[in-house]
Amino acid sequence: MSAAATITYREALRQALREAMRQDPRVFLMGEDVGLYGGTYAVSKGLLEEFGPDRIRDTPLSELAFVGAGIGAALGGMRPIVEIMTVNFSLLALDQIVNNAATLRHMSGGQFSVPLVIRMATGAGRQLAAQHSHSLEGWYAHIPGLRILAPATIDDARGMLAPALADPDPVLIFEHVQLYNTEGVLSEEWRQADIARARVRRVGRDVSLITYGGSLSKALQAAETLAGDGIEAEVIDLRVLRPLDAETVFESVRRTHRAVIIDEGWRSGSLSAEVSARITESVFYSLDAPVLRVCSEEVPVPYPKHLEDAVLPQVPDILAAVREIVSGHD
Amino acid sequence: MSQVGIFPVPCDRAVALGLLRQMLRIRRFEEKCAELYGAGKIRGFLHLYIGEEAVAAGVIGALEPEDAVIATYREHGHALVRGIPANVLMAEMYGKRAGCCRGRGGSMHLFDAATRFYGGNAIVGGGLPLAVGLALADRLQGRARVTCCFFGEGAVAEGAFHESMNLAALWNLPVLFCCENNLYAMGTALGRSESQVDLCAKAASYRIPARRVDGMDVVAVSEAARSVAAHVRSGIGPYFVEMQTYRFRAHSMFDPELYRDKAEVEEWKKRGPLHTFTDRLKAQGMMSEEDFQALDAEVSREVQAAVEFAEAAEWEPVEGLTAEVGAASP
Repeated sequence: MSAAATITYREALRQALREAMRQDPRVFLMGEDVGLYGGTYAVSKGLLEEFGPDRIRDTPLSELAFVGAGIGAALGGMRPIVEIMTVNFSLLALDQIVNNAATLRHMSGGQFSVPLVIRMATGAGRQLAAQHSHSLEGWYAHIPGLRILAPATIDDARGMLAPALADPDPVLIFEHVQLYNTEGVLSEEWRQADIARARVRRVGRDVSLITYGGSLSKALQAAETLAGDGIEAEVIDLRVLRPLDAETVFESVRRTHRAVIIDEGWRSGSLSAEVSARITESVFYSLDAPVLRVCSEEVPVPYPKHLEDAVLPQVPDILAAVREIVSGHD
Repeated sequence: MSQVGIFPVPCDRAVALGLLRQMLRIRRFEEKCAELYGAGKIRGFLHLYIGEEAVAAGVIGALEPEDAVIATYREHGHALVRGIPANVLMAEMYGKRAGCCRGRGGSMHLFDAATRFYGGNAIVGGGLPLAVGLALADRLQGRARVTCCFFGEGAVAEGAFHESMNLAALWNLPVLFCCENNLYAMGTALGRSESQVDLCAKAASYRIPARRVDGMDVVAVSEAARSVAAHVRSGIGPYFVEMQTYRFRAHSMFDPELYRDKAEVEEWKKRGPLHTFTDRLKAQGMMSEEDFQALDAEVSREVQAAVEFAEAAEWEPVEGLTAEVGAASP
């Protein structure tokens, strides 16, 4: 067989959608402009032609109703995939997600479950300013009853949808906008993608860089630079933001004794705060230095490129944080 | 206004007595709930349906077992008529393990998979998108079932109402929108919150056929519901019914009722669905006072047995607290 062709993250997502639609007639996709338009980020392009308008269902601009309808359809025996254009727009559906999807199993004493998958874009980097660029997945990770995924690789973009659809409970998938155009080789490992565990993306002994989603590539880039200085950084991709696979993080920190968390969300009350707290609660005595965080500046994301760049966690910020706690570790 | 007593009951005796029995079950069950609230056996919020019984009895009596029901937080009556046993409901009111939701829901969140009773929703308008989704699932799976969604007139101020009406009409979904217009959203009269108080006009704006019904007359409700449910079941599309009714008791147990005149309440009580219907049945020779007393005694025994069942039921052990958050929980 010839060398595997590279595909984009977007194409990997589309392959996963197509496969799910072909394999299970209960699966359908609905959202704003998923059909005729082909999807805001072109993820569902071409699917309308294959599956028709009943199963690739364009919706009005009614996030509250079509997310709630997804919940109802899941209760009614379907396996809906609901696409929301961006996490900022998902706030219009927050009531349905938090008050219904996340609670129905518990409130009904286990009688009902909501096997719903909600996909949405998240994150900054496209100069879309403060109403399209935020990283609010950490908020959702606060809610019991939800499973929160952040595929950061081509393999995960391809592999996480099937187990998400097999989950009897609601799953939210956050796709960072900067990833859609990234290319890579789809490895055979996508078939083993789970929706429970974090992954070590780079092995190292000196510091653990803990991140997810759009920041993974920055952490890996920083690790390469650090290697040139003789610092071997381990990079952990959380993948699953709720429930957190804290054990994989702890195992790493027990070996490296240092941790830097990179999170595009704001620092205050963030996912990075949660990871940091878990580390200090459970492996405090393994630490040789304070846990540091590299997060977005606490401003609404501005429009101009130089200001947007200044808001987001960047490679030099990660390098500076690592050097602050690794210097003199020998 | 109070002359319904002169109209004959146009259905056979068994059907008529069945409607009376359901209304009486609601009345006696809720009177007991109010008493138990005073005794501290039931806590939280308790919203009584007393005065509105004809709506649940008439509408739900017109549905088939395979249909779905979604109600509000004032849903004890709907749950009873739908077929959740009184003892299981009372145990839920107590918060006991033998309740329909193992005590986790309480008065405002009653669920039952066996009767396709999808709540109980304490978010005003929260059930409407779910109803759209349940109906969508039926449509996609080729089932001729009705999803009957109850909501108060207060919900028409919510975006969820408008978005759901639009989606149901746009997709021709089999939803029976049943608006229980009791004139007050908690303490806010319809005219103080809506620029358009003609609720059927709102339905018309979505091209949904609508009908206004005397919600104090159980026969009128029942006949309208049968006809409207048949329309919805035929697959033509959704239907909107406005049931004009009135709540005789306070909004909840914490309501001093500063927003309405006692005279208004007394005037509506003259149209009370139980006594007017009883008078009509007697006037027509369908029922004697002895018959009524026997029925009342039977219903009171059912309620008393429910209380005894709830009293004797066990609490859910605290060890089970995090069960049913997700299938894989904790």
